[in-house]
Amino acid sequence: MELGLEREQKEPKVTPEVVTRHGLTLEEYELICKILGREPNFTELGVFSVMWSEHCSYKNSKAELRKFPTGGKHVLVRAGDENAGVVDVGNGWAVAFKVESHNHPSAVEPFQGAATGVGGIIRDIFTMGARPVFLLNSLRFGPIEGDSEVARNNRRLFAGVVAGISHYGNCIGLPTIGGEVYFDESYNGNPLVNVFCLGILRHEQIAKGAAKGEGNPVFYVGSETGRDGLAGAAFASRELTEESKQDRPAVQVGDPFREKLLMEACLELLASGCVAGIQDMGAAGLTCSTCETASRGNSGVEIELALVPQREVGMTPYEILLSESQERMLVIVHKGQEEKVKQIFEKWDLPYAQIGKVTSDGFMRVLQNGRTVVEIPARALAEDAPVYYREAAKLRPPEPLGIEEIPEVEPHDALLALLSDPSIASKQWVWRQYDHEIRIGSLLLPGSDAAVFLDRESNIVLAASSDCNSTYCRLDPRAGARIAVAESFRNLACTGAVPIGVTDNLNFGNPYKPENFAQLREAIEGIAEVCEFFGVPVTGGNVSLYNESPSGPIDPTPTICSVGRIESEFHIMPAYFSDPGDAIYLLGNILDRKCPSHGFGGSHYLKRLFGQKRGTPPRLDLEAERRLYLLLEELASIRCLNSAHDCSEGGLAVALAEAWLLMPEEVRCGVHISLPDIAPPHILLFNEGQTRVIVSVPKDKEKYVLFKAEEIGVPALKLGHLLPEDDHLSISIGSRIWKWKRQELQSAYFDTIPNLMER
Amino acid sequence: MQVGYRSIARLAVVQFPGSNCDMDCVWAINSLLGLKAKLVWHKETKLSDFDGVVLPGGFSYGDYLRPGAIARFSPIMDAVRDFAEEGKPVLGICNGFQILCEAGLLPGALVRNRSLRFVCDRVWLKVENKKTIFTSRFGEVDVIRLPIAHGDGCYYADEATLGQLEKEGRVVFRYVNRDGVADVASNPNGSCNNIAGILNEKGNVLGLMPHPERAVFENLGLTYGRLIFNSIVDYFLSDEYRWS
Repeated sequence: MELGLEREQKEPKVTPEVVTRHGLTLEEYELICKILGREPNFTELGVFSVMWSEHCSYKNSKAELRKFPTGGKHVLVRAGDENAGVVDVGNGWAVAFKVESHNHPSAVEPFQGAATGVGGIIRDIFTMGARPVFLLNSLRFGPIEGDSEVARNNRRLFAGVVAGISHYGNCIGLPTIGGEVYFDESYNGNPLVNVFCLGILRHEQIAKGAAKGEGNPVFYVGSETGRDGLAGAAFASRELTEESKQDRPAVQVGDPFREKLLMEACLELLASGCVAGIQDMGAAGLTCSTCETASRGNSGVEIELALVPQREVGMTPYEILLSESQERMLVIVHKGQEEKVKQIFEKWDLPYAQIGKVTSDGFMRVLQNGRTVVEIPARALAEDAPVYYREAAKLRPPEPLGIEEIPEVEPHDALLALLSDPSIASKQWVWRQYDHEIRIGSLLLPGSDAAVFLDRESNIVLAASSDCNSTYCRLDPRAGARIAVAESFRNLACTGAVPIGVTDNLNFGNPYKPENFAQLREAIEGIAEVCEFFGVPVTGGNVSLYNESPSGPIDPTPTICSVGRIESEFHIMPAYFSDPGDAIYLLGNILDRKCPSHGFGGSHYLKRLFGQKRGTPPRLDLEAERRLYLLLEELASIRCLNSAHDCSEGGLAVALAEAWLLMPEEVRCGVHISLPDIAPPHILLFNEGQTRVIVSVPKDKEKYVLFKAEEIGVPALKLGHLLPEDDHLSISIGSRIWKWKRQELQSAYFDTIPNLMER
Repeated sequence: MQVGYRSIARLAVVQFPGSNCDMDCVWAINSLLGLKAKLVWHKETKLSDFDGVVLPGGFSYGDYLRPGAIARFSPIMDAVRDFAEEGKPVLGICNGFQILCEAGLLPGALVRNRSLRFVCDRVWLKVENKKTIFTSRFGEVDVIRLPIAHGDGCYYADEATLGQLEKEGRVVFRYVNRDGVADVASNPNGSCNNIAGILNEKGNVLGLMPHPERAVFENLGLTYGRLIFNSIVDYFLSDEYRWS
């Protein structure tokens, strides 16, 4: 192979230092030499380094990810085969959905980091041929309370990330209808930004990211390539350090307007039948899209860099290939359809160029002004990244907590303290900044257990929920991950939905540390077990490792986003009470006697009031969980419940307060419940026992609900009533009674975050 | 005009690059009797097939300069101007309102929300003038609720213009609390005089920041938006329109 002399003079020599600086080990370098049959040049080394980064190759997690159940009769595209999994939802319609992280860019530049995260996940979805219809996000920050510099910085990151998501999502016109935000010390300096997008498509519209048909032209469309985001995938695969700020150029700048045009143009293009294959240029940009399409298509791709639209002059092949400029796509077009394709790009005023063609020799070949600068077997580059079986440490099991070890706090104050914990308090401040009503399908407003959306094109009602309690995962990653999946499904069940698929975002620390790797493995096995049990496939996701700051790794955070289908919009249940005549029931146990820590291990009660993260996470009985879903599904379908709200962080008392505080203004009233005097009040009110839902039942349906609960085998306990013409929450246990005014709970719940952020 | 002989009046929903409430408008309008909405690409130059025009919400041209500042140069805008000149109904929603102001079809301007943040919420509005072609159906209904979603919704105009708008009854919608009182707390963006929507001098061009198309379907919880679209239907059926 003849390489350009001129370029060789400009480019650095490949030395062991250069190899290490690219994050490749010397063994990996030897493997590269074996694949090529020679030493790589500098550009080729760069190409390998991004493709073999954890972000693109999953080299440290692949072996573990194979444990997920990915099949099932409704799965149309499996996890890992394409940009996102696709699941059948009936009537010829399907959904494509995925979650992805943009943690490291957001730590360095929160606004653009979060914005481009949204842009990236939207591209993944429309690349599949699906029209994106809604977004969720799952965010984690360090604590935002107080005047310390750390807290101020966390507030800056929080405000910046929310503004970035709002900027991108609102402009492109997708509703952000749900998600979660938590604050915890372990995220100091390393926030998590996980964004989820769901799209809808007809079965026959599924587009493939494969380069097929020798001689088919390869088009580049979208923004011009610049030096922004150089080797961002490699950046994401390192720990964050004090010097990470110098990586600012590795964060890209998003242009949601361009992406909107690109999305409309691509959907129009896919509908025209001109497209043989399509792939977005996300992480690792042009490099990744060319070698992956060639690898999937069992073909080769040849491109000429001089034809690539460029924003800057004098870019080297290394820079063009590794740039992560946003809003770009690679489109492989059926030969002879070029004119039709150009017309569509011109209609949408998008820069485009025909930059190459599909070949049959299996090589990813890159030319610059006719000279070959990269020549790598595409399949080896895309698929043959080494797979590592990392060493896993044996994790220390958490210690159970005796009831006497759980300190008592006056319930009146404890509830106020919990409701004003920023992790529990209302996130209205956040979602008011997201356009959550566009596409006129948000049947429940944000703040409900799961987001519920009616797609006006297909008339299909979907629900989606994202969940993860990272404190549980820190204490016991397997138990925490199992609970995350179960809670997510329970949230779906509370709205009347049945789960159809899961996408997960595994946020962990550096996998080279045996303890971190053990956490990853345990969590994956926990997720796999619960998904397997309920027969719900994992249809894709994202792995984000190296989430560490100088103070250590984050608490393991396997974010679970589950998607469900609601048969009829008349089955939908809100989380809040809605009819002043209703009775209140608890479905599930008031206290889990079998739980070794009585539902207080990793609880918000211990964390918020005593700064403790200890004990064993709550016990999860999958059979009981299944029965609860069955009961909710049954009762929802015959409209026996006016509301259903899951008990999670803060236990029964917090769930009750939320269902009461979120009541619409027009129907506001009081609520009184009484609990059996079987344990100290703080134990009854704040334990986080699993598999529990608070429901409100119309008077004439009570008998039937009790009958069904008994038939299916779910404990059902009448807690009390809504009280018309009253405005208190009151709880009695035995002869004692506690009362809260609406005003005091309301200001704890609704004003906490605005007060912290708007001062 | 042949509306009297056709059961359906046709509304053009103009699609600018970056419009994103275009389909919402089409879905909402087409769910109502008497109207038929169709998308019209901004590079078109004619609106002769239509009886009314809707400029939908969104971020035309990314709102990168000023919202609406570039869209007003789109080829279709000459036709919209002629359309307005002829006295036919033109409705600008959110970004559409901003475009109408930039194009000089409505007075004043929409500037950044006073909070400097995007705001998506449901707000209470007072219908201040029910004798327009967009509000004739409101009848006894004085205070309504509609969704808003904007970053640049703060209506601004000089004192003289504001005085004139108020005097001529051209402030059609005003942000109020649920009791109908316009106070500071109920103003979501800092608009002058709590203004949410205004009319042109002739009375055929309405611009408003709230989204009536998001309040048409019952399953979204609000249906006040129907009254605006149904008022337009009434107008097309009125003698005034049929014999004009």
